[in-house]
Amino acid sequence: MKSRLITLKPSGARIEVVEAGEGRDLLFLHGAGGHLLDDPLLAALSRRYHLVAPLLPGYGRSTGEDGLRDMLDITLHALDVMQKLDLRKPIMVGHSMGGMIAAEMAAIAHTEITKLCLIAPAGLWNDDDPVVDIFSKLPYELPALLFHDAELGRKLMTAGAGNMDDPEFLKQFLVANARRLGMAGKILFPIPDRGLAQRLYRITARTVLIWGKEDALIPVSYGDAFRKAIPDAKLVKIDKAGHAVGQEKPAAVLKAIREFF
Amino acid sequence: MKFTWFHLMPWPHMPDDFRQKYRSVWVDLPNRMYQPELGHGIYHQYLDQLEYAESVGFDGIGVNEHHANAYGLMPSPNIMAATLTRRTSKAALVVLGNSIALYNPPLRVAEEFAMLDVLSGGRLVAGFPVGTSMDTNYAYGTIPALTREKYAEAHELIRKAWTADEPFAFNGRYTKLRYVNCWPKPIQRPAPPIFIPGGGSVETYDFCLDNTYSYSYLSYSGYLRAKLLMDGYWKRVAERKVDESPYRAGFAQVICVADTDAEAERLYGPHISYFYNRCLHVYPGFADAPGYRTIKTIQTGALSQFTQSGRDYPNMTWKDLTENRYVVAGSPETVRQQMEELIKSLRVGNVFCLLHIGDMPDDKVRHSTKLFAEKVMPHLRNLWPDWNNHDDRFWVHPMSERLPMRVAAE
Repeated sequence: MKSRLITLKPSGARIEVVEAGEGRDLLFLHGAGGHLLDDPLLAALSRRYHLVAPLLPGYGRSTGEDGLRDMLDITLHALDVMQKLDLRKPIMVGHSMGGMIAAEMAAIAHTEITKLCLIAPAGLWNDDDPVVDIFSKLPYELPALLFHDAELGRKLMTAGAGNMDDPEFLKQFLVANARRLGMAGKILFPIPDRGLAQRLYRITARTVLIWGKEDALIPVSYGDAFRKAIPDAKLVKIDKAGHAVGQEKPAAVLKAIREFF
Repeated sequence: MKFTWFHLMPWPHMPDDFRQKYRSVWVDLPNRMYQPELGHGIYHQYLDQLEYAESVGFDGIGVNEHHANAYGLMPSPNIMAATLTRRTSKAALVVLGNSIALYNPPLRVAEEFAMLDVLSGGRLVAGFPVGTSMDTNYAYGTIPALTREKYAEAHELIRKAWTADEPFAFNGRYTKLRYVNCWPKPIQRPAPPIFIPGGGSVETYDFCLDNTYSYSYLSYSGYLRAKLLMDGYWKRVAERKVDESPYRAGFAQVICVADTDAEAERLYGPHISYFYNRCLHVYPGFADAPGYRTIKTIQTGALSQFTQSGRDYPNMTWKDLTENRYVVAGSPETVRQQMEELIKSLRVGNVFCLLHIGDMPDDKVRHSTKLFAEKVMPHLRNLWPDWNNHDDRFWVHPMSERLPMRVAAE
């Protein structure tokens, strides 16, 4: 998939934007892991929509992470990117950390975000059903944590790069992982709660929540919590899918989005 | 040379099957293992050992800060140092140190270190570590990628607080104080000597050189493996064209002294094994939270003392550990030779001597300590004659007329 770089003012941050497909504008915000190589969800979305998927600073070729420290910084950054891309009322889709950012954007800029799709978003916390600590996980543990089908997850996560037992691949992975999760940690570490619960009531967008029924990272109970807190929301649960539901069941996720909007 | 007798204060009652039963000595080890009534005796035994170290002639006695672990039981090293101010009179109190990014506001460190300096009559060495990832990120919740920025700001606040004679406002990103007013202030002006524990990042080399702080490399893999990192430091010193005082650097070394080499293995072998296999049994997922180290540091391959590559402690024998100098052990002559090699090859003026190891009983600790003090240390005193074996910038300046106190060491 093609990507280009845009420059934000006044920070000078360079943002990598993946763009593909035709149709209605769909702005996609990735999760803490970033885009996969040949990401099945991006491929599926681009078959039906004009997909625009910027990478957060710290991911891919995007820079400027040192200037982003907290939830407000990151939310405003994402709104700046949307404005720079000249997208007007796109279908706003965010996965996991990207869902948390999208929800914040929709709460803050609720006149600009009118169509919202949150795929297993982070941002809430329940003591009785805690979100798993992804930061202390070792690379080889991630596929089983993120995918219902761990073997498929392993293939997708290491595609074109090598395998998790190869020291050189592991070193590259650790550098990229430190950069990505270092950035993600600003809003997710040590507990992925930056007060979103008290702002969800502001969301006026029609909202569809999509969750893998077997999500081992952010349990599906969080889907119910989001649905209750967002005024106009529906929850779609997908069978045999984990936290990376979009990568694991891209057709089902695309279908849920198309049926809703 | 300056020798500091350093205590980690580990929990000495981890079971034999510790590695099988628990994934980590740090962060998520259930504290039901800790027995406070036993802890009472252990704390006092450990403090007695630090006082004993002064009485046999060590220049400094050292404590440090760790959280949520059985490796080192000093969440607050300042409390330990405070007890030592009243029971010792000569040794420097080396608090290595307070993890300044963890205090809210970090002014607390300026205040408590000032208290310790005043209580001890100017004997404080102040350490400013970033803290391990286990402590700083996992146990204390600091966001990994912001840890260093927070540290830098805390450092700026503390130094200003010690220097200023009048209240001032501090508008930091992480700390905002309308009135900074450090009462008491330290005896040593403008500040006590400051030691920075480092793990090989160029940024830390420069931080030490910019501020005239001593760079302290705390490693458990011994001086042979430390050479590369310390060479990097001295290379940086040369590039920066500052003087090459050996007191700009220090190194921590596990040391065991007995009458003979064979006796050392017999006496200390089990405790060394306890230390390397239980005290250092850290779950790799806790050793290095993503964002804790800078990308530059990861790329240079520098690793912290808890993420040493290629370590295989469970399968390392006494022979492996001593021959590769993870541990300096043996007769006084063996230890002297190896310590001389350590000091010269790393070019260090400070050695942090780890003579209490793992679950070592008190009598062995004192035996090893006494042999080191009497039969090793005197032969190592004069290794930096060009520097008169002392560098005023990197050691304490006690006040001349101190209150006479009846102390344990006398």
